[in-house]
Amino acid sequence: MVTGEGHIRQALRVWLPVGFFLVVALFPFYWMAITSIKPNSELYNKNVMPLIVHAPTLKHYVDLLTKSSFLLWTWNTMLVAVVSTAISLILGTMLAYPLARMRFAGASLIAMTIAAIYLVPQPLLFIPLADVINHLHLGNTLTSVILTYPTMLVPFCAWLLLGYFKTVPKELEEAARIDGASRVQTMWTIFLPLCTPGFISAGIFAFTLSQNEFLYALIFLTKSSVRTVPVGVIAELIRGDVFYWGQLMAGALLGSIPVAIIYSFFVEHYVAGLTAGSVKA
Amino acid sequence: MWLDRQDVFSWLMMALPLAFLAALVGYPFFYGILLSLEDRPVAHPGTFVGFKNFVANAHDPVFWRVALNTFIYTGVATLLKMVGGLGLALAMNQHFRMKNLVRALLLLPFIVPTVLSTVAWLWMLDPAFSVVNRMLVALGWPRPGPSWLGNPTLAMVSIIVINTWRGLPFYGITLLAGLQTVPSELYEAASIDGAGGWERFRFITLPMLRPIILIVTLFSVIFTFADFQLVYVLTHGGPANATQLFATYAFDIAMNGGQLGLGASVALAMLPALALLIVLLTVYLRRE
Repeated sequence: MVTGEGHIRQALRVWLPVGFFLVVALFPFYWMAITSIKPNSELYNKNVMPLIVHAPTLKHYVDLLTKSSFLLWTWNTMLVAVVSTAISLILGTMLAYPLARMRFAGASLIAMTIAAIYLVPQPLLFIPLADVINHLHLGNTLTSVILTYPTMLVPFCAWLLLGYFKTVPKELEEAARIDGASRVQTMWTIFLPLCTPGFISAGIFAFTLSQNEFLYALIFLTKSSVRTVPVGVIAELIRGDVFYWGQLMAGALLGSIPVAIIYSFFVEHYVAGLTAGSVKA
Repeated sequence: MWLDRQDVFSWLMMALPLAFLAALVGYPFFYGILLSLEDRPVAHPGTFVGFKNFVANAHDPVFWRVALNTFIYTGVATLLKMVGGLGLALAMNQHFRMKNLVRALLLLPFIVPTVLSTVAWLWMLDPAFSVVNRMLVALGWPRPGPSWLGNPTLAMVSIIVINTWRGLPFYGITLLAGLQTVPSELYEAASIDGAGGWERFRFITLPMLRPIILIVTLFSVIFTFADFQLVYVLTHGGPANATQLFATYAFDIAMNGGQLGLGASVALAMLPALALLIVLLTVYLRRE
């Protein structure tokens, strides 16, 4: 009974709303991209149709990479994100495994505390933390953010991994225990290898959260040589004169690409992680 | 062996991460409370002043403006994200080609570092070369178009819209996952009983989604309420504190003004509302 008209109707029902959401979601990125390849003569001329590029140029990218510390910021951002993600996965596992597998007094209290800590937003803590970092003489070192990012990432990883660990069947571990393996051996050789998807989800999330962090980096890192991309872009590429938008958009685009690439490979894991906390199986 | 005892093994395993969290979350939290009771200029020792900072806040008209701003920002943005996210989830919950690609693209605003996408919005709303205004003018709006971030009301509208743009995919994709768990038999049975589209939505979809909507909303309210990045990049709280939120105001006082004690007291003003939300959500997550 499906007629040609029915098809069109069906397509409209899907693509009218979905298309609207797509255009709204993606336009800022489109604008970022075309701004970054427009010559200044187009960017600052109101008589040129703005939605397309007439004479594309890579000048802004060249300027960004040669005249600012962007590459160094990218290196810093990656280093910080990788190290703090690794720390958080390890510490998160050390919390989640006992909570998922062992019975002991206080387990539920610890689980609730971890959930609560995860929900504490940084603005509540940044002033005392700034003082602590000062006292430790860690200002303007990458150590300052490598130490503080896991304060949000450890509870997060622990919570996500706890949910994942509980879905892994216990039989293999029980068999290993009967064969005489110690708890550490059982965890290390039997259990953890089964949890790779959980680690991937938690790792991607932790990595994107590190890349996204701004407040601590803004406060702790005030020298150009130690800055991360978000702070470097905001603190150094926004200048008094008007003619900086090309470089700024080039920086914003390049800074977004690492996250976008990782995410595109692992989008299924990402969505699974995103919905893990809020959808009952 | 004693190490094999469940409780010994557990506490040994958790000791390091718990010590870490105690040192870098627990200690700063209580230290922040202490700071809020001190007059503490940056790089100077503090003097205990009791509740003087909180009294000063209560007499500071800007503080009340900030409180009002934060509630408006959180309330309106949350409502928009909830309604828009539900719309997005319903639109996506149909059969069509390239659905996974579309879902991935729609999530981009949520995953790209906030500061970087917000800078794109700053440029889109630039006073001289705003592409939004140029499109409005092309559609017949009188030149030169509004000053989005220069006008107090429009600045608030702008930060709310941009927060919604960023957070909506989180609602949409989570609610979509929820929609997909609603058994189709329920809809079929309802249709046989003569329920129309609206009735199916009202009496099946909404009740089934309620737990997810609640969790996502609580979660997003917490982080919208304490938002910093977006406002810092777009307006720095201006014009004339029209978009100042608790987090940006505390930052201004502590980092730019160098008054750590007073800044800490402004940040702590968020605590009652945040604590309530965090406890609600923690208890709810636990019950699940």
